[in-house]
Amino acid sequence: MSNIPAELRYTKSHEWVRVDDDGTLTIGITDHAQDALGDLVYVEVPEEGASVEAGEACAVVESVKAASDVYAPVSGKVIEGNPALADAPETINDDAYGAGWMFKLRGSVDGAELMDAAAYEAFVAAEG
Amino acid sequence: MSTAAEPLIFEHTSPGRYATAQAPAAQPLPEDIPAGLRREGAPLLPEVSELQVVRHYTRLSQQNFSIDTHFYPLGSCTMKYNPRACNSLAMLPEFLHRHPLALPDHSQGYLACMYELQETLKSVTGMKGVSLTPMAGAQGELAGVAMIHAYHAARGDTARTEIIVPDAAHGTNPATAIQCGMKVREIPTNAEGDVDFEALEAALGPQTAGIMLTNPSTLGVFERRIEEIAKKVHEAGGLLYYDGANLNAILGQVKPGAMGFDVIHMNLHKTFSTPHGGGGPGSGAVGVSARLEPFLPTPLVVKGGDGYRYADKDERPQSIGRLSAFMGNAGVLLRAYIYARMLGPEGMRRVGEFATLNANYLMTRLRERGFDLAFPGRRATHEFIVTLKRQKQELELTATDVAKRLLDHGFHAPTVYFPLLVPECLLIEPSETEERDVLDAFVEAMVAIWEEAKADIDKVKGAPYTMPVRRLDEVKAARELDLRWQPA
Repeated sequence: MSNIPAELRYTKSHEWVRVDDDGTLTIGITDHAQDALGDLVYVEVPEEGASVEAGEACAVVESVKAASDVYAPVSGKVIEGNPALADAPETINDDAYGAGWMFKLRGSVDGAELMDAAAYEAFVAAEG
Repeated sequence: MSTAAEPLIFEHTSPGRYATAQAPAAQPLPEDIPAGLRREGAPLLPEVSELQVVRHYTRLSQQNFSIDTHFYPLGSCTMKYNPRACNSLAMLPEFLHRHPLALPDHSQGYLACMYELQETLKSVTGMKGVSLTPMAGAQGELAGVAMIHAYHAARGDTARTEIIVPDAAHGTNPATAIQCGMKVREIPTNAEGDVDFEALEAALGPQTAGIMLTNPSTLGVFERRIEEIAKKVHEAGGLLYYDGANLNAILGQVKPGAMGFDVIHMNLHKTFSTPHGGGGPGSGAVGVSARLEPFLPTPLVVKGGDGYRYADKDERPQSIGRLSAFMGNAGVLLRAYIYARMLGPEGMRRVGEFATLNANYLMTRLRERGFDLAFPGRRATHEFIVTLKRQKQELELTATDVAKRLLDHGFHAPTVYFPLLVPECLLIEPSETEERDVLDAFVEAMVAIWEEAKADIDKVKGAPYTMPVRRLDEVKAARELDLRWQPA
């Protein structure tokens, strides 16, 4: 069973979103996603200042099995991409919800199509 | 097959050693090259004798896992036997020594072959025009979407900027669309492997330039509603692109032109059996319906009162232009032509029949022995997908493990982890040129690996044991790229 923290929100494309106290959104891929991809060998994160639309591909994760786009869960402006991932893509495998965060957005989750932990757990189970 | 490790050619170096017979004659230094641009030291080349070079590369060639030595069921790649006759006839000195700039009246034999190949490909695909110039499948795709773009542009229909691509498509399809300046609209596949028809209808509109389909799809199943799809796309003003990756399944049976496709690329290096793998050379000839015919890449070979000649952009002003310096990979085209002539229409029909028969036989045998199919309710085309999802859950046995262990049994691995939609998948394409004995032996090897995994999973995870190199650390290789022998 993969790790699905209760305090985060989730997308159907397996990103997680954390809403910080100051309203900043931190985004990464879920433990289930990193497990399905396997050992990551390359990560590309969006640049600071970039505007992203909800559902837009804005980052890339690549393992020896597959390359995948990572989608913006909501529209917003990129505050920061995680600079540590370029040299250490395995950080996402080791700590998907912590040091493996991918980018921070200024935006709002209001009205966004996001799931809570229970709904995401059911979604992953249904996907098989 | 030789399994002794072979050092790099650089590791054979002995300073100052060289091959006298191959050494260039001493030449004076070219005075007109500025001093600042001249090399000061000798380049870092291996210093070896001629015989060392011959032995090194011969030993490497003996380590090849090839269609000439092993069963090679690499799905989506159509690794069929390359008949020797195609090779020997294409190597006739009259072909081999013909200069590509020779005048047409000195090249009538070669041009006749190319003209007849164009005609054969038209006939077998049901298209109205064919151009042989694209050098490989990806360039054929580029030509196809560029023609779709040119068609809409010529009509002033500039709002058509979207290419629809099913999620099961080869990655080259969306890449091609982007390369041609289009936007990609992805549509899902339903549980039975068909395009999600409702999603397609929702995606169509005045912005639709076309759709790129592989039929049979990369899931190894035939797109059952293709005629309805063609009708819907045409009604919306879009065109249909046929990715010919899986043409082997339907060769001589169904024509893409009859399904309603407007443009098709054919991988002659696959379907028409020219040697491939390791990067080519290939041939991605394109065929088109009447409305795209003016846009075909040039040159074409045409037949007139004085014989055969090239038709270039000056007489085909709407052409998307040249894609290669001359007319594609001449040697590959000749081999494909000879293959087509040897088979004839009857032989072509048998290609499709036996490619699907072999795939369905192999699929049925594997299912009987307990393997899970990705689409158990569907008949295989020329290939099919086994999923090891259950074996991974129960035994930690992965597609990679099976692929590596198969090498020890003397079989090249099937395609693994493609298509991405199916977990732990093996995409298996036996092709029409394999004997039943070989297919049976492959089934036994698959069963033996599964049994071995139940008894000793670590044994399987350590495979291969009989190859020149053991299991590679793919993660380390990708994370710590090491591309040269010694720092310069």
